[in-house]
Amino acid sequence: MATSLEDRAAPREAHGAQREERRQRRRRRRAGVLFSLPGLLLLLAFLVTPFLMAVGLSLTNLRLASPLDTRFIGLDNYIATLTDPSFRQAFGNNVTFTLVVVPLQTGLALALAVLVNQSLRGIKAFRAIYFSPVVVVMTVAATVWLLLYSPDHGLLNGVLSFVSFGTLQSEWLRSETMALPSIMIMSIWQGVGFQMIIILAGLQDIPEELYEAGAIDGASRWQRFAYITVPQLRNTLIFVATVTMILAFRLFDQVWVMTRGAPLGRTNVMMLEMVTVGFERQQIARASAIAVIFFLVVLTVTIVQRFLLKEDRG
Amino acid sequence: MSALAGTDRLTKRAWPMYLLLTAIAALFLVPLAYMVVGAFKPDELVLAEGNTIRAFWPTNATLENFVGAFERGRFGSLFVNSVIISSAIVGIGLVVNSLFGYALARLPFRGARLILLGVIALMIIPLEAVAIPLLWMMSEVGLRNTYTVQVLPFIANPLFVYLFYTFFLAIPRELEEAARVDGAGPLTTFLRVSVPLAKPAYATVGILSFLFAWGQLLWPVLVTSGPDVRPLPLGISVFVTQPPISWGDIMAFAFLMTIPLLIVFIAFQRWFVQSVASSGVKG
Repeated sequence: MATSLEDRAAPREAHGAQREERRQRRRRRRAGVLFSLPGLLLLLAFLVTPFLMAVGLSLTNLRLASPLDTRFIGLDNYIATLTDPSFRQAFGNNVTFTLVVVPLQTGLALALAVLVNQSLRGIKAFRAIYFSPVVVVMTVAATVWLLLYSPDHGLLNGVLSFVSFGTLQSEWLRSETMALPSIMIMSIWQGVGFQMIIILAGLQDIPEELYEAGAIDGASRWQRFAYITVPQLRNTLIFVATVTMILAFRLFDQVWVMTRGAPLGRTNVMMLEMVTVGFERQQIARASAIAVIFFLVVLTVTIVQRFLLKEDRG
Repeated sequence: MSALAGTDRLTKRAWPMYLLLTAIAALFLVPLAYMVVGAFKPDELVLAEGNTIRAFWPTNATLENFVGAFERGRFGSLFVNSVIISSAIVGIGLVVNSLFGYALARLPFRGARLILLGVIALMIIPLEAVAIPLLWMMSEVGLRNTYTVQVLPFIANPLFVYLFYTFFLAIPRELEEAARVDGAGPLTTFLRVSVPLAKPAYATVGILSFLFAWGQLLWPVLVTSGPDVRPLPLGISVFVTQPPISWGDIMAFAFLMTIPLLIVFIAFQRWFVQSVASSGVKG
């Protein structure tokens, strides 16, 4: 590409220029190493090392501040964890949460994105309002909902009682059947705006011509949605669904603030179990096994996502 | 012509559409209004009127709750802790991650390609998967209950490195080469040419990083004890369980805690939305 420039340079100068070029390249290589170093070292120290340690520690009997010698115990921690009723219940809750929240939240986010993608006056204000719970961090949202769900003083029972003339009431977070659904509802309220924005960006990437062609062919509004919007959004929707799925397994903040797993473990989740075992009971090795199991779940979801995503994404 | 027909149809049916949009908006706003109004109400009334329509009316409005949030809830010192921790994570993180991303995009060195693949692979490891061994490491070196332990692990972030990498890669090379021909070294070229061009990337990463840092709960639960270096999210979770429970004070605390993010949201709304949208961009 630069040949025209070189052609004009005198041969004698070309030699010097080449040396200068080599010197520059060396200088840039050195700069590249120096620029990378802080980030690289921090990632090695605080992500790679603890990750390898999680795997390693999970095969030992390490406890925090324990006088016992640490020794290799193979897969005992995994067996103990996977057969522990408390862990199984927690894992089951994560799965239930995923099965309900992922389709529901993705679907709602898609509906909201389509709604706020219309060209209406003031639509930006609605976008901002639907997004606003994201700005309230999860611990704050959970705190406010704790009062909303209060059986005696909460708004939800107030509304229920009003619409049912005082016949309907729920114990919400204190009820064995309603506790987990209550956490699901508030999680969707807090998070759906985030997904909506991602899907909205996807919607706005769909070429207008496709809709125009659809209109010429006489496609109805619904047909255009089903045959143009959804297929075009395929990759975005898969991405949103898998991210939500991973979030469902990372579930912690809401549960910590609202229930700590009560009643009777009905809202216990993997991350809470990990904190209970690793932090409160100081069983670092057992908790590391939970961390590795959690990572394997995330890894599986990510691999499935990669597999489903079409490569044609620009 | 078809476009005109479209708008015509829209205006005709706009009325029910606004009704729908407003009804949905109410669902999102009700809990927030509940919090804000509760923050300004005498404590007994927050509970007494909590299940009525009066929950949205500031009966006997008072600032007493804010005094409670500061005195009983220690909002002031917790706020300072959160500001110190979050700004360190965001500030140092922007420097470290952008330098790293820039090097991978523009300053090829031996192994850079492999490191890039490594960074991409690391994106899938969530903090939760390393929290327990990290807790153990930090206890071993005696860093528990410090600001450092709450900042250090979150400075380098593979997602942010990757976002910077893709952004710097998209900047036309010619601009940097022009600076180099003028005799500027790599650092000068980076600071004078690339950084100013990458302002959108800095805004995006800065906002995402702040949103994450400000809301963190799991790690502080593990590494802090007592209120000295405790950040706000852990603070509020302690405050809701600390007797005597005063819902007025708690709502005031929640409201105060939301203000900084609200300011960032309003001031940088365009960037904010863009940063969220870009978190959905995967290579």
